[in-house]
Amino acid sequence: MLNLYLIILLPLIGFLINAFFGKALSKNVSGLIGSAVIFGSFILSTVFFLGFLNGSQQKIDADVFSWISFGDFKINFGLLLDQLSVIWLMVITGVGFLIHLYSISYMHEDENFSIFFSYLNLFIFFMLLLVLGNNFLITFIGWEGVGLCSYLLIGFWYKNQDYNDAAKKAFVMNRIGDLGFLIGIFLILFNFKTLNFSALQTALAGGVVNHGLIVAITMLLFVGAVGKSAQLPLYTWLPDAMAGPTPVSALIHAATMVTAGIYMVARAHFFYMLAPETLQVVACVGAATALFAATIGVMQNDIKKVLAYSTVSQLGLMFLALGVGAYTSAVFHVVTHAFFKACLFLGSGSVIHALSGQQDIRKMGGLKKWMPITFWTFLISSLAISGVFPFSGFFSKDEILAAAFEHSKVLWGIASLASILTAFYMFRLVFLTFTGGFRGTEEEKHHLHESPALITMPLVVLALLAAIGGLMGLPEALGFHHALKGFLNPVFAQAMNANHAARTEEGLSKSMELSLMAGAFIAALLSIAYAYFKYVSKGETPNEEGAPISFARRWVYNKYYVDEIYHLFIGYPMGKLSELFYSLIDKTVIDGTVNYSGKLSVSLGNQLRKLQSGYIGFYLLAMVLSMVVIFLFAFIIK
Amino acid sequence: MLNVVLNIFSVVSIQSYIILSAVLFSIGVLGVLFRRNAIIIFMSVEMMLNAVNLLLVAFSVYHNDANGQVFVFFVMAVAAAEVAVGLAILVTIFRNLHSIDIDELKNLKW
Repeated sequence: MLNLYLIILLPLIGFLINAFFGKALSKNVSGLIGSAVIFGSFILSTVFFLGFLNGSQQKIDADVFSWISFGDFKINFGLLLDQLSVIWLMVITGVGFLIHLYSISYMHEDENFSIFFSYLNLFIFFMLLLVLGNNFLITFIGWEGVGLCSYLLIGFWYKNQDYNDAAKKAFVMNRIGDLGFLIGIFLILFNFKTLNFSALQTALAGGVVNHGLIVAITMLLFVGAVGKSAQLPLYTWLPDAMAGPTPVSALIHAATMVTAGIYMVARAHFFYMLAPETLQVVACVGAATALFAATIGVMQNDIKKVLAYSTVSQLGLMFLALGVGAYTSAVFHVVTHAFFKACLFLGSGSVIHALSGQQDIRKMGGLKKWMPITFWTFLISSLAISGVFPFSGFFSKDEILAAAFEHSKVLWGIASLASILTAFYMFRLVFLTFTGGFRGTEEEKHHLHESPALITMPLVVLALLAAIGGLMGLPEALGFHHALKGFLNPVFAQAMNANHAARTEEGLSKSMELSLMAGAFIAALLSIAYAYFKYVSKGETPNEEGAPISFARRWVYNKYYVDEIYHLFIGYPMGKLSELFYSLIDKTVIDGTVNYSGKLSVSLGNQLRKLQSGYIGFYLLAMVLSMVVIFLFAFIIK
Repeated sequence: MLNVVLNIFSVVSIQSYIILSAVLFSIGVLGVLFRRNAIIIFMSVEMMLNAVNLLLVAFSVYHNDANGQVFVFFVMAVAAAEVAVGLAILVTIFRNLHSIDIDELKNLKW
């Protein structure tokens, strides 16, 4: 139990040390402390993980202290450690540790180095709280906390107003989702009198009375997930969040924070499995987002923006998996995505560093000559995300596609199209960045060099994981034992059984699954080949800014003008409404009332002071008159 | 044996004393309010005190209770002391203002 507390407390201690003493410490010590606490949490998480693997560790569901209790409502501060949360722990602390090491080198020139590490540690603390809470409220604390840290880290280079606006946008959009989440929590609390996951699971196992209520709760909780995990329509903050330093993009907006929505739906699966309508919505939103973001990614020219849209798209696939009931597949994809997406982001950071801040791929090219390690790790991760056998992405993505195929051919079609586009734009990115001739300035060319070890080492580790990660989820159709499914079985057993019972027809036949797998693989290869043909054989490069492009292309290039639409219909009216309230209510009514009451006091005082005339005769008269009145009232008027 | 009270009230009724006391008191009040000379105001205050003394003594005899007269002693002593202090203040005022007209004392205004 102490170990569990330590897992959460170590990052908090790291945060406190770096926040209060960071400026006094040297950069290396500061970075070392920041990374060491995460490593400590990682070791402890591994111990728990191995315990679960060999069966010696049981689920821990313990209350630490009694927190809120009034009337019927009792909410305790408690922790829950089971197979689901331990997987998230491994990803958060493991990938988090690698990114901390990376940051020591990447942020070395920055003056606010120790503050960066304190924010990173604080983020890990809140994320751990999110996945380890045993009731919705603790999870929500973590949820809000990671939103806060996201804001702090996106706007880390605070001197740039654009970055601050991006941070604000992220926070406000998250808040919209959080409103839905909160209302969902209120509904749960009001109707079930508890927010504890285990208690709710038991309460719902006995059968449900009010189907409409469950649908409402699940839909509201999903709204929260839409905000946090950047799905349609609350996704626009994530591409803007690329304003933050690259390690932030890798950690928060690829591997951990954005997966919080998926964790929440997985954790609340006992609600969702009772509301097939919501699951349908989840699946549709996921699939739509996957395709939508993929189409935008095809035309982006900023290396980080491509990866950002790719993240939105992959998250869509994860929600699709949840929506069709394939909880294990969603978790599998979360893990593999963390590996290859973090590697891709860190690799892009390596490239940006070598080019002294250049992020436009039209100014890159041929970098594989100067940055071999970055190139190879980037390539491996791109192969993984494109779903090429035998890398990890192939296995996790195929599971999702197969589950979608069983559920609905339309959703499968959309997801497959998104995957094909993914392969295409990822390799467009690879070829434009690393192959061909260098398209930058001569001065940049002279500075090109491979990044130092602290940057390349995490890249290598993550690429390795992206390559062999598939081993944890080998398909049963081919006769292998799906390790992850077995591992997570105790958590999702109820849902899986309900799923099997609900399905009327048989699952996919073995040959069907194999042909789906082969089909997806071939489609990915064809997509990559087309990208090769376009960008290597023909040597095309995307158009410069301002060059004339067709109407359809312009629509996609400007991200379907979604940001502009939001500003026109929501941002601008809110601004005007706010100005109206300011001038009408704030200035006129409230200020007027306060000022008027002040003026009233002053004028009253002005009148009353005339009593102090200074004339003794007047005072004597006043005395006598008052005495008369008093006697009148005391003795005569009863 | 019959207890017949032998005092002035068999000749003069108590009402006369009350009326006299009231009139004296009113004259004193009017003197305080309408006169400008500080010494006259002091005299009027003395007059009010004496009016009250008269009434106290009258009722003391009327009810055959010595308490009234004892109280009169107190009142006289206090009056004397008060006049002493008052006149002392008045002398100081005169030394500063060279006048004892109370309308001259109007510096403590707003």
